[in-house]
Amino acid sequence: MVPLSYYLVLSGFLFACGVTGFLIKRNIITIFMSIELMLNGVNLSFVAFAAHWHSLAGQVFVFFVMVVAAAEAAVGLAIIIAVYRTRETLNVDQVNLLKL
Amino acid sequence: MTSSLNLWLIPVLPLAGAAINGLLGKKSSRTAVSVIGLFFSGAAFAWALSVAWRVSAADLPYAEYIAHWIRYGAIGASGSFAADFTLYLDQLSLIMLLVVTGVGFLIHIYSVGYMWDDPSYYRFFAYLNLFMFFMLTLVLASNYLLMFIGWEGVGLASYLLIGFWFTKDSAASAGKKAFIVNRIGDFGFLIALFLIIEHFGSLDFTKVFAQVQPIAPETSGAGLLTAIGILLMVGACGKSAQIPLYVWLPDAMEGPTPVSALIHAATMVTAGVYMVSRSHVIFERAPMALTVVAVIGTLTAIFAATIGITQTDIKKVLAYSTVSQLGYMFMACGVGAFSAGIFHLMTHAFFKGLLFLGAGSVIHAVGGEQDMRQMGGLRTYIPWTFGTMCIATLAIAGIPPFAGFWSKDEILWKAFSSGPEGKVYWMIGLITAFLTSFYMFRLLFMTFFGDYHGVQVDEHGRAHLAHSHAGTDDAHGHGESHGEPHESPMVMLVPLMILALLATVGGLVGIGNRFEHFLEPVFGPGVAGAAGDAASSAQEYVLMGISITVALLGFLLAYVLYISKPYLPQKIADGLNGFYTAVLNKYYVDELYSKLFVKPLIEGSTRILWQGVDRKVIDDTVNNAADGARDVSNEVRQMQSGNLRSYAGWIAAGSAAVIAYMIWMGVR
Repeated sequence: MVPLSYYLVLSGFLFACGVTGFLIKRNIITIFMSIELMLNGVNLSFVAFAAHWHSLAGQVFVFFVMVVAAAEAAVGLAIIIAVYRTRETLNVDQVNLLKL
Repeated sequence: MTSSLNLWLIPVLPLAGAAINGLLGKKSSRTAVSVIGLFFSGAAFAWALSVAWRVSAADLPYAEYIAHWIRYGAIGASGSFAADFTLYLDQLSLIMLLVVTGVGFLIHIYSVGYMWDDPSYYRFFAYLNLFMFFMLTLVLASNYLLMFIGWEGVGLASYLLIGFWFTKDSAASAGKKAFIVNRIGDFGFLIALFLIIEHFGSLDFTKVFAQVQPIAPETSGAGLLTAIGILLMVGACGKSAQIPLYVWLPDAMEGPTPVSALIHAATMVTAGVYMVSRSHVIFERAPMALTVVAVIGTLTAIFAATIGITQTDIKKVLAYSTVSQLGYMFMACGVGAFSAGIFHLMTHAFFKGLLFLGAGSVIHAVGGEQDMRQMGGLRTYIPWTFGTMCIATLAIAGIPPFAGFWSKDEILWKAFSSGPEGKVYWMIGLITAFLTSFYMFRLLFMTFFGDYHGVQVDEHGRAHLAHSHAGTDDAHGHGESHGEPHESPMVMLVPLMILALLATVGGLVGIGNRFEHFLEPVFGPGVAGAAGDAASSAQEYVLMGISITVALLGFLLAYVLYISKPYLPQKIADGLNGFYTAVLNKYYVDELYSKLFVKPLIEGSTRILWQGVDRKVIDDTVNNAADGARDVSNEVRQMQSGNLRSYAGWIAAGSAAVIAYMIWMGVR
């Protein structure tokens, strides 16, 4: 059986990838995908713990996360399309009209 | 007499006048202002006269309680202190009362003419009345604290009136100088009061003196009474313009001439003499303090007289003459002849008031010119002024039977008969009498004799110039041009004549020591005067003869130098080059004070207090605190860039730090 720590390391790696991508990428789609990556990194640790402790709570939580992520994807992509239509760019540095 | 004298009316009347004129005068006509100013000062005089009429020697001293003021602790208990608004009348304050209100009223009348064209006419009368109020408070006070109020009040009035033409720089700074120099004296006065409170638990004249009375004179060494006496003298030096604090008085001539007459000759400057005389109980028990008083008085008398010789500004001569005459009064007090000092104070008020008013009339006549070298030959132009000035000059020079002779001779005699060191005072006093006679006749000759030096052709222009400076210069600036010197209006001449009359006969009350006997209830038989009068009267007549001779010598010298051989003074001045220059520049005392006190003070204030403490410590504390806050904020605000990803980065870094911490805690 694969030890728990492997899953956690992988989960941490995925989360870190997501954070890094969120921080350094400019394309709004990529940022969006990075967020998904972070969510899934966390999901992985949830299911790993659930398997380890033989508890279903973790798996139930993952479902909740996936539902929220799906809703987020629906709303988020809609916003991205709206932004692209008005601003004709997906570079977040150029979508800063509210900044002082 | 059981009915009240209502003494309180005397100071309150001028105060009412000052309030009415000060508050409403700006909108009123000149006539209304004059009527109010004259009415209230005249009413004070009238009331003072009626008080003098109604009161008999048996009623004095008379105290009038008005209201309570400061009460601390139960009355009579130890450690308690009380100072009330109580007025006190005895022979001494009665004389001062009559002099202040009488001479003051005459000068009020004179001012109507002299100041008529001044734009701030109402202000002048408000100040004059205010001065009267404070001076009368000073004179009538029954305790040192109330006296101190009057004392400071006349200082204030003096400041206001010296700087009356405050748009002129020299007048404004002369006012400041008078005020500051007086503060130095007041400092001594205040400490003396603190000592009195500390040791006698009261400031009430009667209570303090009752406690001082049994104390034996401090002949062996300096003690408490000597300290109090000397500190009181410091105060008197400030107010009465004695060495080393006399410097303000000559500068005070920047004020309008009636002010010089009222405040700086006749009344206010005598406050110091009055205060020392009032405290005679203390001084009599402190021989060392008395010596200080006598020495200061004597030195001031001759010192100021020598300066007076060289001055060419008519008012400056009179100013130094005032300082010198005040020196005489202190000399008298210093040898224990307080009544002689007060006698001279009274006669001096008459003739010096007259001299100043006469000088004002002269200045009026020649269109604001004060330099005596520009005058001359005025006796035909302004005969009335000339006549009254002559009387005043004879009076101050000590020629019998005019007033100054009696009082000055009294002082010299008292000085002479007061012991071995008294001979020295007498000698110096005699020289001063000679100098006085000389510079006064010099003034008279330069002003009224010879030819008129104000060039007629130039006259219109100069008069016009003087007129354009009206309100800033000592010009009265009335519309007519000064083609020729002209006599002053009646409203100015009448006070002159009344004062001339007083200066003529005022001294006669001193014949047969009547004045001294009148004051005896206040001063007692006196320290020096205890010696039998009859036994030494022959000696007194000899001294009298010497004084008269000396006065005549002064007259002759002035006559020779300024009438028969007018080229001589310049020659003598050239012969005594260095000394003459020193005297002409008033012995460089002002410069010395400036170097010793003013400059170091300004330097110290600039370098240490301003640039050091204020800028470096106080300002920099505040500024650096603000700078620090700004710098820190500048650094910190970089975090708040508005860039979403940098926020996310901070969040990530923060969570990483928290996790790292938790892991570290877990591992440990």
